[in-house]
Amino acid sequence: MSIILDHVNYIYDEDTAMAHAALIDVNLEIPKGQFIGLIGHTGSGKSTLIQHMNGLVKPTSGNVYFDGKDIYDSDFDKKALRAKVGLVFQYPEHQLFEMDCFKDVCFGPRNLGLPQKEVELRAYEALKQVGFDDAYFYQSPFDLSGGQKRRVAIAGVLAMKPEVLILDEPTAGLDPKGREDILNLIAKLHDEMGITVILVSHSMDDVADYVQRIIVMNKGRVFLDGEPKEVFRHYKELEGIGLAAPAVTYVMQELKEAGFDVDTEATTIAEAKNEILKVFGKC
Amino acid sequence: MLRDITLGQYYRTDSAIHRLDPRVKLIATFAFIISLFLVKNLWGYVIAAVFLGSCIYLSNVPVKFMFRGMKTIFFLLIITMIFNLVLTPGEPIVSFWKISITYEGLKLAVLMAIRLVFLITGSSIMTLTTTPNNLTDGLESVLKPLKVVHVPVHEIAMMMSIALRFIPILLEETDKIMKAQMARGADFESGSLLNRAKSLVPLLVPLFISAFRRALDLAMAMEARCYRGGEGRTKMKPLIYRRSDYIAYIVLIIYLVVIIVFGRLLFR
Ligand SMILES: Nc1ncnc2c1ncn2[C@@H]1O[C@H](COP(=O)(O)OP(=O)(O)OP(=O)(O)O)[C@@H](O)[C@H]1O
Ligand SMILES: [Mg+2]
Repeated sequence: MSIILDHVNYIYDEDTAMAHAALIDVNLEIPKGQFIGLIGHTGSGKSTLIQHMNGLVKPTSGNVYFDGKDIYDSDFDKKALRAKVGLVFQYPEHQLFEMDCFKDVCFGPRNLGLPQKEVELRAYEALKQVGFDDAYFYQSPFDLSGGQKRRVAIAGVLAMKPEVLILDEPTAGLDPKGREDILNLIAKLHDEMGITVILVSHSMDDVADYVQRIIVMNKGRVFLDGEPKEVFRHYKELEGIGLAAPAVTYVMQELKEAGFDVDTEATTIAEAKNEILKVFGKC
Repeated sequence: MLRDITLGQYYRTDSAIHRLDPRVKLIATFAFIISLFLVKNLWGYVIAAVFLGSCIYLSNVPVKFMFRGMKTIFFLLIITMIFNLVLTPGEPIVSFWKISITYEGLKLAVLMAIRLVFLITGSSIMTLTTTPNNLTDGLESVLKPLKVVHVPVHEIAMMMSIALRFIPILLEETDKIMKAQMARGADFESGSLLNRAKSLVPLLVPLFISAFRRALDLAMAMEARCYRGGEGRTKMKPLIYRRSDYIAYIVLIIYLVVIIVFGRLLFR
């Protein structure tokens, strides 16, 4: 159930004066069940990268494998791949189109050719999973708030029961409460359903608390790839490419410099609190 | 996929043609198109081809790029040729059932196809080498005399420039929406005609909503900057003819004289 990217390069507008290399020699393995954060500065190629994983964009050179099969083999079923690798785009406005939210969520499972009953059951389940209020089920998706729209968009992909869920900046444009709600929701989906999750974001603070692995992109290349602790150890380099480690990392670094014997590898607020209490002998 | 449409697109590079005044390019394109319909013999087509070829060469636009846009009108070209082939009366070459291909039909079809290809190549040289803003500036300036008869020239030019400006934006948006729906299993490429038409709904609804939103935003932004039509409006970059523009006009006149003399008057 893994995705493998092997020496993937991608060039936009090849053969023209505007040719632009968006991905350069990307090699990645995404094993089943992992919760991954994909981080990078604006224009670093995150969105381009994830579109390779469900065959929406064909690499200029290199190969993409799903479950050991090359997804560009002529006998590979692309539609089935897109059901298994669910991709939620950055802007829910790009996919909502139906008269009401429930119908909109039905769109995905119906495209899989499922019977009507099954389609509606899945749509109902998906909307419940994302914590969408019954009262809005039959309202037009265009009248919803940003956070609610995003929930419907996520439900629209979840209803296809993907094995891998990829979310492109699901927290963009949300207030802190809305952000936390969506992130908690995604973490819950990962824990309860055991699906692989790839979360694209600008912000380390967003992902530090949740993910098991962080992939950092810079100018089309994979810059760092590893556990959050490992990645944050390079916080100086991260600053160099326009990113930052989570605020907690900085607090711990400064405490250490000030002579307190804390573990600078603490990345979440809870871990940091324990560390600090330990130093002061309160724990 | 949609990015293959190069018709009416600007190709960013530097060349003698790029630097010409948009008015020159507009008038030259118009004159070139008319000249195609004045031609009466093979010589005329050769002269037009040489002129067109030199313009392409001077424009620095890769030929490959220029003809990629041609794919989209290939269909139109074939249909025109078929109609000309079978519907022109005259001396038949081959005939089967009720249809016969005539010598006159064949000649007309070939000439018509050449004319169409020249016409489209000629106009795409103009759009490929002129930014939409420049083009509408040029158009506004060329059409200015019509103001006397109360044609709203400025407003027409403004509408055109907005429309042109939005084509690439909407194309890009269409691309994104298509991808978002394909990620949910939508299929835009196969199935019966009816099914394919139906499959456009998930594409068109978000596209229209976004177009309307953009239009409203733009109107608001224009009003916020006190835009109120062309009356008394000055230009930041007024169009001024330079030496190369006069040279271009002279070349154009020479071309017109040559093509009329050799393509129409001398050999019939
Ligand atoms: N449709 C396109 N045509 C041409 N170039 C593109 C296109 N989409 C993206 N690019 C270019 O490819 C590069 C990578 O873009 P991409 O959208 O993958 O970045 P990103 O990391 O998702 O950025 P963001 O955080 O802003 O969403 C950018 O430099 C961008 O300009
Ligand atoms: Mg992006």
